[in-house]
Amino acid sequence: MNSFAQRSGIIPEPIARQPWEMLIPLVLLTSFGGLVLYSAGGGAMEPFALSHFIRFGVFAVMTAIIAALPRDAVRLLTYPAYLTVLLLLLAVEIVGQVGGGSQRWLEFGPIRIQPSELMKPAVVLAMARFYETLPAGMIGSWRSVLPAGMLIALPIGLVLLQPDLGTSVAIAFGGVVVMFLAGLPMWWFLSAMGAGIAALPLIYFFALHDYQRARVTTFLDPESDPLGAGYHIAQSKIAIGSGGIFGKGFNNGTQSHLDYLPEPHTDFVFATMAEEWGLMGGLFVLAMYALILKWGWKVAAEAQNRFSALLAAGATATIFFYIAINLLMVMGMAPAKGIPLPWMSHGGSSMMTNMICIGLLMMVNRWNRMAPRRGLTT
Amino acid sequence: MKIPFLQRGPHKPAKMVNASLLRSSFERRAVLIGAVQGGVGVLLALRLGYLSVAENEKYRLESESNRVNLTLIPPRRGWILDRDGAPLASNRADFRVDLIPERLVDAEATIDRLGELLALEPARIADIKDKVAVARGFQPVEVASGLAYEDFAALSVRLPELPGVVPQRGFSRFYPTGCSVGHLIGYVGPASSEEYEKDPNPLLITPGYKIGKDGLEKQFEMDLRGVPGARRVEVTAGGRIVRDLETREDVQGQPIKLTIDGPLQDYAARRIGLESGSVVVMDCRTGDLLCMASMPSFDPNSFSDGIGGVEYAMLRDDERVPLRNKVLKGLYPPGSTVKPMVSMALMQAGVDPDETVNCGGGLRVGNRVFGCWNRGGHGAVNMAKAIYQSCDVYFYSMAQRIGMQPIADMARRCGMGQEFPLPVTSQFFGTVPDPAWKMKKWGREWQTFDTVNATIGQGYMLSSPLQLAVMASRIATGNHVMPRLTLDTKPKGFNDIDFPLEQVQYVRKAMSDVVNGPGTAGRARLPIPDVLIAGKTGTAQVVSLSISNGKSGPWKYRDHGLFIFFAPYDNPRYAGAVVIEHGGGSGAAYPIARDVMTFLFDPAKGLEALSALEAGWGGTAQQRLEARYAAYAAERGASVSRPPRREEEIFDRVEAEARRAATQSDAIAGEVIAPRPEANPSGTPPGAPAAPASAPAASTAPSPAPPAPPAETAR
Repeated sequence: MNSFAQRSGIIPEPIARQPWEMLIPLVLLTSFGGLVLYSAGGGAMEPFALSHFIRFGVFAVMTAIIAALPRDAVRLLTYPAYLTVLLLLLAVEIVGQVGGGSQRWLEFGPIRIQPSELMKPAVVLAMARFYETLPAGMIGSWRSVLPAGMLIALPIGLVLLQPDLGTSVAIAFGGVVVMFLAGLPMWWFLSAMGAGIAALPLIYFFALHDYQRARVTTFLDPESDPLGAGYHIAQSKIAIGSGGIFGKGFNNGTQSHLDYLPEPHTDFVFATMAEEWGLMGGLFVLAMYALILKWGWKVAAEAQNRFSALLAAGATATIFFYIAINLLMVMGMAPAKGIPLPWMSHGGSSMMTNMICIGLLMMVNRWNRMAPRRGLTT
Repeated sequence: MKIPFLQRGPHKPAKMVNASLLRSSFERRAVLIGAVQGGVGVLLALRLGYLSVAENEKYRLESESNRVNLTLIPPRRGWILDRDGAPLASNRADFRVDLIPERLVDAEATIDRLGELLALEPARIADIKDKVAVARGFQPVEVASGLAYEDFAALSVRLPELPGVVPQRGFSRFYPTGCSVGHLIGYVGPASSEEYEKDPNPLLITPGYKIGKDGLEKQFEMDLRGVPGARRVEVTAGGRIVRDLETREDVQGQPIKLTIDGPLQDYAARRIGLESGSVVVMDCRTGDLLCMASMPSFDPNSFSDGIGGVEYAMLRDDERVPLRNKVLKGLYPPGSTVKPMVSMALMQAGVDPDETVNCGGGLRVGNRVFGCWNRGGHGAVNMAKAIYQSCDVYFYSMAQRIGMQPIADMARRCGMGQEFPLPVTSQFFGTVPDPAWKMKKWGREWQTFDTVNATIGQGYMLSSPLQLAVMASRIATGNHVMPRLTLDTKPKGFNDIDFPLEQVQYVRKAMSDVVNGPGTAGRARLPIPDVLIAGKTGTAQVVSLSISNGKSGPWKYRDHGLFIFFAPYDNPRYAGAVVIEHGGGSGAAYPIARDVMTFLFDPAKGLEALSALEAGWGGTAQQRLEARYAAYAAERGASVSRPPRREEEIFDRVEAEARRAATQSDAIAGEVIAPRPEANPSGTPPGAPAAPASAPAASTAPSPAPPAPPAETAR
């Protein structure tokens, strides 16, 4: 049906077949993000906005390449890619030990790579691949969960050592969503959730670092320390709240321009935006995200086989996780945590992760289009 | 749904799970996750709306209070003016530097660096370190004020490396006549934490803002304070000022107009010279206090800059108590200066002034003999002669006739033992003893010899120089003159006649004869034709005769010298009192009164006399104070103890010392007083005015009784 419809149109087929329902919101969002970064940079392209656009351009090319990958090659490369990223994580740990103190990235000349970011899509890929190969009959047995659990646990362990709680939770989230969608028995998840809630106090008192504990206490009682750990979230809420419905106007944000808002260009870019563009800007951003995620789920639903479906759903969930945690945090509904907002925050690593996820989704979307109607092939 | 953990073994229903089942499970669960995500999205949108619409007002305010920093501009303090509008306390624009202890990163290093940049003395640096160590966070500590522009600029460019250092342009209090007005005006200083707790006005903790700490500065604080201005600036979170938004100018405080005659105050303070004492001059027609000089004093300029440890130690260790305002808090036995007042009491009681008493050099009262200062006796003495010759026997005898009560009542009526409605922080009211007082205080009956002692101003009787001056003006005018210190208060007491005119004229004449006739103070004559001064000498014994003869020996055992006066004698315009502590007798007091009155009638002549004296003393009072400070600091600058943390402590202590000093005379109250020689008939003084050029400010005595008077006394 696709080929027929497209041939009859005026628009050339290679352009018409692109997923514009996602690309247009994505470009709008990134441009808007650039605008906000322009303001956060003191009303100038440097230092944030320009590199934001450049990065988007570079990663768009990467996305196009990923989108063009054939399915068999991806199936073949999944585990080696996963292993490579795992080794990079290990290398971070070793370099960190040697260099003294913790670090989260590796440097290759001018490029600085944060392997934990790469791990997010890699885990989703590996999990999708694993459940694709797992015979349907084994779902529900220990063999359906143990290897997959290892696939998640290994990178999480390494990331936790860095230590980076936020990223480990993000990796776990992507992995668990794939497990959930793979059809593992519901009661496993319910009982795991119950055990998790029961273990929360233990984790709080024994597993968390002091600064993490401070974030949690601050989240539960922001007034306890208005000038200390609670300062960030308090200032962020002031920025968002003072924006009102239409905002203070482009380049007129005082919270960001006078340095009251910490990290106005990365973690708190949404607050910077909301201060200047108000509720309308916020709703626009939320709408763009909704369109992109909706497209992601559509791709997953139209997927022709188990691997593509799980891959698309996991990638969408990973993007969602970034958005949700960041927005919950800047609005004072989650503990402060170093998670940037996709396509708006200034920063290469998160842009790369999210663009990889988009690339994977576009790749699945292309497979969907090329393959015959589903049903026979698996 | 099956409950899998109830089923044991491998025989699980594997056949139930197949690809299509997984597919449908995927779809159902995908919808579930999608719904959860949609829910989160709706939650976020609602939260966003809540923050930016419902709570918009609150957060907009918070954002504004972040952005805008309100800085108080300390108001310029009102001036304190003398009766002719000349400033006794004014403001001087200056550059200053403060420290905010809370913001200091490395206090020691920062202060040392500041000391280097501003070339501060080591003692000053030590003071600043002490103050920073005890300061509460909010309280700024002054480092230096009155800086040269070059120093200020040099410091300003180094600010980034000196956190907690606040340089600013401002105004500092300036007292043009320095130590001459120290006790009268007081001084200013940064508010202490107690004062801030009492009056939590943010102005008080503004760096560089000072409030009145003593004297009139404290008394008129609210009038002098003014209204602070405000500067609204946009600041970054780091405190950097982005731009000025708006500025409201400060409103200068109200000026206070005093009745004080500035030049006279300065003259009198300087004329006291090396002595320790006070001069009070009043205008008899209005009650205006023209001069309330108390010396030695402190320099309110340096007190206002924050007194240093060395300077404080010097003032504290001085036995002449430069921290005590002797006009109000010095209490002295008035000695023979009470005799005109007692004479008034006698006349009121019906004693005929022409009645004579034969003075044979002493009078037996009970089993004791009370001597007259003139052991040879005065012969037949009427009231006038008793005043100008200061005959003690006349008063012993007459006072016994009328008893103590009328005399005590008259003393109170003349102002002794009274507090006056003046805007001063505290005044001592001394003692006017009477039988009821003695019974209450000591639990003993009044004795005849108590009356005898009281009539010559000894025993329990104590009064302050201010009271003596009021007494002089009441006797001189016959009116119940009330002193006033500010021009906006009404003169009082002038329709209140205390004494009939003929009695007043009689006493005026007798007191004129003290100076201009055959009296005890011939040297007090004014070098001005047609103006005759009237007065009464007094010499107050301080310790028992067995300890000291009052003329020589340790300074603190020597007699006080007193003199009350008014001029012109027949139509009094000015009245006053001079009290010289341990001056060795009234001879120390009346030359000062003479010169002060000379200055009032003929300033050129007065200054001529003063410059001759100051040449011998080693400069003006201010110059001598500075020289002494330099010498003291050089001698033991390093080893002095810290000054009290609070200014209040200084003055509590001074007050306590003053009270203790005032009780000194209780010790000899029960003894027979041997009145000290007063006579100076025709200008031959009994003791040298204790301050010729040869005598430095040491506590060892100048020669006790040099019979050869210096040239200035020849008249």
